[in-house]
Amino acid sequence: MGAKRTRERTTLQKVEAGLKRRRRKELIFKLSGEIATGVGILFLVLFFAILLNKGSSAFQQTYLQLDIEFSAEVIAPGGQLDLQYADFDGIVRAALQKELPEISGRSERRELYRLASVGAAYQVHDVIAENPGLLGTTQSIWVPASADVDMLVKGNIDAAVDEALRTLSDQQIDWINRLDEAGRLDLKFNSALFSNGDSREPELAGIKGAMMGSFFMLAVTIALSFPIGVAAAIYLEEFAPRNSWSDLVEVNINNLAAVPSIVFGLLGLAVFINWMALPRSAPLVGGLVLTLLTLPVIIIASRAAIKAVPPSIRQAALGLGASKTQVVFHHVLPLAMPGMLTGAIIGMSRALGESAPLLMIGMIAFVVDVPGSFTDPSTALPVQIYLWADSPERAFAERTSAAIIVLLAFLLLMNLAAVIIRRRMERKW
Amino acid sequence: MQSTTLILLLGLLAVGAFYFGRDRSLSLVGGPGKGRALHSLPGYYGYFVAIWVVLPALALLFVWILLEPKVVAALVVDGLPESYRSISAGELNLLVNNIRNLASGDVVSVAVDNDLRRAAALFNDYSGMSRVLLTVLVISLATLGGVLAWRNIRPELRARNRVEAVIRWGLIAASSIAVLTTIGIVMSVLFEALRFFQMVPWSEFLFGTTWSPQTAIRADQVGSSGSFGAVPLFAGTLLITAIAMSVSVPIGLMTAIYLAEYATSRVRGIAKPLLEILAGIPTVVYGFFAALTVAPWVRRVGESAGFEVASESALAAGLVMGIMIIPLVSSLADDAINAVPTSIRDGALGLGSTRSETMTKVIFPAALPGIVGGILLAVSRAIGETMIVVMAAGLAANLTANPFDAVTTVTVQIVTLLVGDQEFDSAKTLAAFALGLMLFVVTLCLNIIGIYVVRKYREQYD
Repeated sequence: MGAKRTRERTTLQKVEAGLKRRRRKELIFKLSGEIATGVGILFLVLFFAILLNKGSSAFQQTYLQLDIEFSAEVIAPGGQLDLQYADFDGIVRAALQKELPEISGRSERRELYRLASVGAAYQVHDVIAENPGLLGTTQSIWVPASADVDMLVKGNIDAAVDEALRTLSDQQIDWINRLDEAGRLDLKFNSALFSNGDSREPELAGIKGAMMGSFFMLAVTIALSFPIGVAAAIYLEEFAPRNSWSDLVEVNINNLAAVPSIVFGLLGLAVFINWMALPRSAPLVGGLVLTLLTLPVIIIASRAAIKAVPPSIRQAALGLGASKTQVVFHHVLPLAMPGMLTGAIIGMSRALGESAPLLMIGMIAFVVDVPGSFTDPSTALPVQIYLWADSPERAFAERTSAAIIVLLAFLLLMNLAAVIIRRRMERKW
Repeated sequence: MQSTTLILLLGLLAVGAFYFGRDRSLSLVGGPGKGRALHSLPGYYGYFVAIWVVLPALALLFVWILLEPKVVAALVVDGLPESYRSISAGELNLLVNNIRNLASGDVVSVAVDNDLRRAAALFNDYSGMSRVLLTVLVISLATLGGVLAWRNIRPELRARNRVEAVIRWGLIAASSIAVLTTIGIVMSVLFEALRFFQMVPWSEFLFGTTWSPQTAIRADQVGSSGSFGAVPLFAGTLLITAIAMSVSVPIGLMTAIYLAEYATSRVRGIAKPLLEILAGIPTVVYGFFAALTVAPWVRRVGESAGFEVASESALAAGLVMGIMIIPLVSSLADDAINAVPTSIRDGALGLGSTRSETMTKVIFPAALPGIVGGILLAVSRAIGETMIVVMAAGLAANLTANPFDAVTTVTVQIVTLLVGDQEFDSAKTLAAFALGLMLFVVTLCLNIIGIYVVRKYREQYD
């Protein structure tokens, strides 16, 4: 008997025999879940670390202090201020020459002149235009240094590598070091980044044009998509009879929310630009395309908000003699508004980050001027990031990261606003 | 008058009309105290008049703006001397453009002669006339509508019902925009694609294995015959999608399981919003990251392991795309797992199975249809993703399954074919629309199936 019992194990023994293995499996399973969650978060941390590391330096720019001589012969040849044709480049060059007087020879001087940005001449122009009284005096002015100097000062160009492999010659580096020792070089806040449009020169390139383009586009988008989206949601939730048409609309909206954004760009190109002959590269067209793109998001969010309003409110209003339309517009809509606003902000933040459809409608142009209206050629912040990311200059890589930081800051603000609205105004029934 | 000022003026007229209508309804029954004798609240009579002021005038304004350029152009062309009438449609278009530019003082691409100058003057005359005529017509139509509606007000007029009917139609119009958008997408993509298939047979497009869309401008040019076999693009898209899915499905799924079953509420409260941030990052940012950080890293690692790695490898784009899709997969999987009733889970745990056994043997099979639906949606997202591949994948249409090679995708080709100046009668630009049609059809099928499965499954346990 006893021997037989040891051979035929009890259920308990069977379970206990497998317990160790099962516990190990459990541990592995849990661990892999932790790892998976960790990978996503790790990427996020890594991503922000790299971005901040690369981009934060772009908020500063190297400036060069020069003693600019506003000589009357150059700027005002006939006694009249000649702001259009005066040789401001020459003035900057003369000032540079004065800093390092021993440099002679054509090619050497040309190398020297490259240390200052072409923007230096514009700045000298602006100073004298603003204050003509400075004519004939010598002023000490901080002008932007060229991008190569900037990169050297920030340590992105390594002076130790072979001369042929870097954009600055040994001689230039020597000059830069001497200027630095003389206190003529300094890192200051890069105001050009926020006050200029795009430029071929990294030190002059800014995102103001792109930001204004995005602003105009989002203005069109919110003005169209919020009222239309809310109206569509109201119809579908409150009025639509349950028939095949409303089913079709419903399936349609869910599908549109998942259609690749580039297809909306094709639609914009074919309908708005080719058929309706609206201008290319205009924020108006971009806003129209983004309206169609965000409409499903806003409709879905608005419907959820309307659904969350309890039926008792509708019944009470109906019972007091309100018409269906009055019930909706006087009672349901105000109560659903916080949810709708949240949905609209989420939709807008999606629109702000969208770039693929904008490439299709020509918002990828190189635009130097800051757009001032809905039909001026312009670009958008994400498209500007795309354009800069393609530029080979090192200084543009840094500025791309800075532009990304600005874009993400805007997105963060919008989402924060959505969260605050939700917390502050949402009611639990 | 500018159309924006005209619209503003209409708005002011509408406000005025509202007060006129309201006051008339009250004065008809003898003052504010007697409002009960009216069918509707006095405000509805005001709205009634305002609607009659705005809607017909606005309709006229839009029709006018749509037709005006064509009519003016036709009139100007009619005024041209005989010699201009026989030119082709394309040249005529160019001519009209030049006249328009000359009239507005812009740069003109041809020598300016007297005929052209006369035409430009004519153009300015007609446009000026049209603007004056439009202003007069719109304002008189608004006034006419307002006066008629105002005279129509009677105490028994069902003003509220009229106004509500207009509101109802407005709502219906708003909801049909979604359908119109779909129709617009299908039409615009389909028509251009059909024109493309007249130049290139569809069988070559679908089954050809050489993609080289450069077409010759002159007949004697070398090496630009134009070959539109899209198989390498489909293969490249599938390769990158497969890499992305092999990253995002396991990680997204395990994340969802961990957060739903194991994580304490504190961990969940931190991890979920963080992953949502991942979903909110614009794709252009992912693209930048893929091109400048991940691609060089993949290349370094791959070469140190002895592989030959292209600088724009499919692997880098796929990896980053996979990370981008993790939040999508995990949130859809989370929905599916949470939809499984607690009683099923409790039953399995009560019978003595561990959490992982409950998950893999009971909950996961029950949630599988929902998860598969979610994965289909994620695949559709990966196929249609544009910026990451435009920035990190190459342009070379290689037909390969090696993830270290550079491949190109459907979306990359659409962007490269359509960015920049285009003419709309070359096979090269029309090919982009054919690719767009493919993209739309494939993602639409995936979406419909995915949404259907997810929804049906969610209802199953309700």
